[in-house]
Amino acid sequence: MASPQMVMYEREFHQVQAVVDHLVRAANAQVVFIIDKNGQLIAAAGETGQLDTTSLASLTAGNIAATGGIAKLLRENEFSTQFHEGERSNIHIQLVGKRVILVVIFDNKTSLGLVRLRVKKASEQLDSIFEALAVKAETSHQSGAFAEITDDDIDKLFND
Amino acid sequence: MSFINYLSREINCKIVYYGPGLCGKTTNLQYIYNKTNPEAKGKMISLATETERTLFFDFLPLALGEIRGFKTRFHLYTVPGQVFYDASRKLILKGVDGVVFVVDSQIARMEANIESMENLQSNLVEQGYSLDKVPYVVQYNKRDMPAVASIEELRAELNPDGVPEFPAVATTGEGVFETLKAVAKLVLTELKRGGR
Repeated sequence: MASPQMVMYEREFHQVQAVVDHLVRAANAQVVFIIDKNGQLIAAAGETGQLDTTSLASLTAGNIAATGGIAKLLRENEFSTQFHEGERSNIHIQLVGKRVILVVIFDNKTSLGLVRLRVKKASEQLDSIFEALAVKAETSHQSGAFAEITDDDIDKLFND
Repeated sequence: MSFINYLSREINCKIVYYGPGLCGKTTNLQYIYNKTNPEAKGKMISLATETERTLFFDFLPLALGEIRGFKTRFHLYTVPGQVFYDASRKLILKGVDGVVFVVDSQIARMEANIESMENLQSNLVEQGYSLDKVPYVVQYNKRDMPAVASIEELRAELNPDGVPEFPAVATTGEGVFETLKAVAKLVLTELKRGGR
């Protein structure tokens, strides 16, 4: 298949969560979330209660994909950073290690400069976590949990 | 590329509805959205033009239930069917786990179906996939229209390999869930085999 499967284990999830928890405080942001390039939400921190994070994840990934398409047409490798400015809130989108997307939503309690600074640091940490995760997923390949799924299990899912 | 989260015990998969312009991809998603319990679905997003033609994609997140303690979540996407949106279609196919090809059964749309099918094949190859490896089903939509080609004719042109196929009328929901279940099942079976 074209791209390896994304697998998230408990240990790495806690590492990722620690980075986003720290970032939301250090950047004084409203919300921070991490999604994979296919639009799946991986982790979130901050005031996520009011937000439809699933939709946000999918649209952000679409946005990154479209921008990546434009970059290709311009023979650029990638536009790794995007910033959208609104009246009340702003959104900073950073591609991390070509695999995941780091999104920071913030208002006027902080500044773009501070957000960029903190994002830079967090990106480096996230890059190494996801790098290690990719290696781990590759080597452990499929876990037993899925090999044990029977055709009956799958059928049962659709029997209602 | 499915996403497995061992912590929250979730399997996330991406299914793409493909097909020529106005074949009923968005209508499939709308029907699923309208008939699904509120707790099992998220918001449906349509990035469409003012005349309701899909511009980039439609998106519908759906929870199908649990398998061995893992919640299964499917993200359904449609592509824009119009020929000139090819760059967008390629983007949406990235990371796909399963494909539904929606056929417009009307005789007048035969050429558009074939063109779209060829487009799907070449776009998949460009992403490093191939149609005989990706979980894939065919839906013959608009069976209620007056001038439709027979299933045999459509099969000969569009489903020579005999993948699971379903006659449908997406506006009334006929065949819509059958199609979804079939592709979801193929995706999970593929996951079980660890074939990626």
